[in-house]
Amino acid sequence: MATLVIAEHDNKSLNEATRAAVTAAKKMGGDIHILVAGQGAKSVADEAAKVEGVAKVMLAESDALGHKMAEALESLVLSIAEGYDAILAPASTVGKNFMPRVAAKLDVMLISDITSVESADTFIRPIYAGNALMTVKSSDKVKVITVRPTTFEKAGDGGSASVETVSAPDAAAKSAFVSEELSKSDRPELGAAKIVISGGRGMGNGENFAILEKVADKLGAAVGASRAAVDAGFVPNDYQVGQTGKVVAPQLYIAVGISGAIQHLAGMKDSKVIVAINKDEEAPIFSVADYGLVADLFKAVPEFEEELSKIGY
Amino acid sequence: MKILVPVKRVVDYNVKVRVKPDQTGVDLANVKMSMNPFCEIAVEEAIRMKEKGLAEEIVVVSIGPAGAQETIRTALAMGADRGIHVTTDAIVEPLAVAKILAKIAGEESPELIILGKQAIDDDANATGQMLGALLGWPQGTFASKVEKDGDTLKVTREIDGGLQTVSFGLPAIVTTDLRLNEPRYASLPNIMKAKRKPIDAKAPEDYGVDLTPRLEVLKVAEPPKRQGGVKVETVAELVSKLKNEAGVL
Ligand SMILES: Cc1cc2nc3c(=O)[nH]c(=O)nc-3n(C[C@H](O)[C@H](O)[C@H](O)COP(=O)(O)OP(=O)(O)OC[C@H]3O[C@@H](n4cnc5c(N)ncnc54)[C@H](O)[C@@H]3O)c2cc1C
Ligand SMILES: Nc1ncnc2c1ncn2[C@@H]1O[C@H](COP(=O)(O)O)[C@@H](O)[C@H]1O
Repeated sequence: MATLVIAEHDNKSLNEATRAAVTAAKKMGGDIHILVAGQGAKSVADEAAKVEGVAKVMLAESDALGHKMAEALESLVLSIAEGYDAILAPASTVGKNFMPRVAAKLDVMLISDITSVESADTFIRPIYAGNALMTVKSSDKVKVITVRPTTFEKAGDGGSASVETVSAPDAAAKSAFVSEELSKSDRPELGAAKIVISGGRGMGNGENFAILEKVADKLGAAVGASRAAVDAGFVPNDYQVGQTGKVVAPQLYIAVGISGAIQHLAGMKDSKVIVAINKDEEAPIFSVADYGLVADLFKAVPEFEEELSKIGY
Repeated sequence: MKILVPVKRVVDYNVKVRVKPDQTGVDLANVKMSMNPFCEIAVEEAIRMKEKGLAEEIVVVSIGPAGAQETIRTALAMGADRGIHVTTDAIVEPLAVAKILAKIAGEESPELIILGKQAIDDDANATGQMLGALLGWPQGTFASKVEKDGDTLKVTREIDGGLQTVSFGLPAIVTTDLRLNEPRYASLPNIMKAKRKPIDAKAPEDYGVDLTPRLEVLKVAEPPKRQGGVKVETVAELVSKLKNEAGVL
C-alpha cells in the first residue's frame, strides 16, 4: 500500500498541517510519498524530505501551482495518482478546493475533514457542526481524504527521503490568478497557535480589537473572531473561527464577547482549556468554558493584561 | 445567461441536533428544516445577477425527499424562475449529487452554476468542486465577491490567510461563502406568485445515476461532552488558575 500526501505550504516553508496529514497517513499503513506542488518551492520539498516516515518527495512547479489553482492541482494529482491507495491533504482552503475535484475524477467519494483514522478504510468525521461524529467505511478503490490538522499529532523530523521532480501537466479547465490580499501579521498562524484569543460582537468595533492584540502579543497568541465580528467588518475574514471558518484546538482559547453559538463552538471546543469573558452570565459559551468570568470585557481584558505583566509576561 | 442553482434542504441552523440512541444517525423527526444558508446566498446572488441584467433565467434544483419541494418554492419566492425536483428518500452523497447535477447541466446548458460552499448537515464542502471536475469547468469557490466582465467572471475567494481573486471564462462553477451577500426574505405577493411557477418532478432514474453510497455509515456518535468548568470572580483569580491549576500560562 502507498499513500500520497499533498503538502500545504507557502512556496517557502512546509506548513505544519502537512505533518498532521502525514500522521494520518501513517495510521493507514504503507509507504508515504509527499507531493509538493508550487513555484520556487524547492526549500519546501527539502523540508518535506526530512519528515519522519516519508519515503519519497515529488516536486512539481508551475505558475498556476504556485498560486494553488484548483484546476492545475487536479490535473497534476491525477497525473501521478496511479498506484496510490490513498491520497491525503490537509483540510485547508487549498485542500478543500481541489481534493473534491480529484475524487470526482477518480469516481470516488471524498472523505472530508477526518478527525480520526480507525483503519485503512474506516474514518471518523464530524457532521452537523461537530454535534455528531460519523464513523464511515469507504468501499472505494482509492481513499481521497482531507485531514483536520488539529486532531492529529504533527510528524517530526528524522527522515531522509529522495526528492524527484515531476512535470506539471496542463490543466483541463482553466482559471487565472488575479491577485491575493493576505493579512500580514507577526503573530502565529491561527491554526497553529498554542494560545488563541478571539473577539466577538461584544468588541463593539475593529479598533477595540487592539486590547486583544496587546494580550496576544504578550502571550505569543493568535487573534481570532466570531462570524459576527467578521461580518461587522471588525477584522478580516480569515480570523473567523467556527463550523465554516477555521477550526482551532490550542492549549488555551480565550473567548471575549462571544456568545457561543453552535457554529462558533464547532471551531474551538476541542481546545485544551477554554476561558470565556462575557458580561451575560447566561451566555452559552460558559457551558463549554473551563474558566468563566462574568465581566465587562473593556474592564476585564486590560486588567488581564496587567495581571500577565505581574507574572512576568 | 442561464444560471443553475442547486439548493439543499437541511436541518435549520438554529436546531441543536441530537444523535439517536441507537447511533444510526441524528434524530430528524419533528425538527425544523430550512434551505441550507449557503444555498440561500447562492439563490440571492443569482437573483442579483438577473436584476443587473446579467442573467435571463434562474433554475433551481433540489435532490431530496418530498419536503425539498418546499425549499424549491422558497427559492422561487425569492425570485428564481423555475425548479427541478429530483425526488428521493435516499441519502445522496455529494458525488452522486454532482453526477445528477452534471446530467442536468447537460440538458439545461447553464453558463453558470452557483452552489453553496457547504451543506451544514454533512459539512462536506465537496459538491461544487466535484461538479466542476465532472463537467471540466473552472471554479471560484468560497466566493465573497462575484463580478462579471464580458465573458469572464472574476471571483474573490475567502482563503486561509486572506483573500484571493481568480478569473475564468464561462461556463463555470461558483460556490458561495457567508459574506457574498445577505439573502432577501420573500415578500407575501412573491410567495403567492411562486406557487404558479413550474417545478419539474424527476426521479434519480431519469438521470441513470447510481446512488449507492460509497461510504457506509458504521456509527453516528455524540462527541465527548466538555465538563462545564467553574466561574471565577476576578481577573487575578483567572490568571492564577490558568497558571497554577491549568498550567497553560
Ligand atoms: C451557515 C452559518 C454558518 C456560521 N458559521 C459560523 C462560524 O464559522 N463561526 C462563528 O463564530 N459563527 C458562525 N455563524 C454565526 C453564529 O450562528 C452566531 O451568529 C455568531 O457566532 C455570533 O457571534 P458573537 O458571539 O460574536 O455575537 P453575539 O451572539 O451577538 O454575542 C455577543 C456576545 O458579547 C457579549 N458582550 C457584549 N458586550 C460585552 C461587553 N462589554 N463585555 C463582555 N461581553 C459583552 C454579549 O453578552 C454576547 O454574549 C454561522 C451562522 C450560520 C447561519
Ligand atoms: N441534495 C442536494 N440537492 C441540491 N443541491 C445540493 C444537494 N447536496 C448538495 N447540494 C449543493 O452543494 C452544496 C455543497 O454541499 P456539500 O458538498 O454537501 O457540503 C450545497 O450548498 C448545495 O448547493
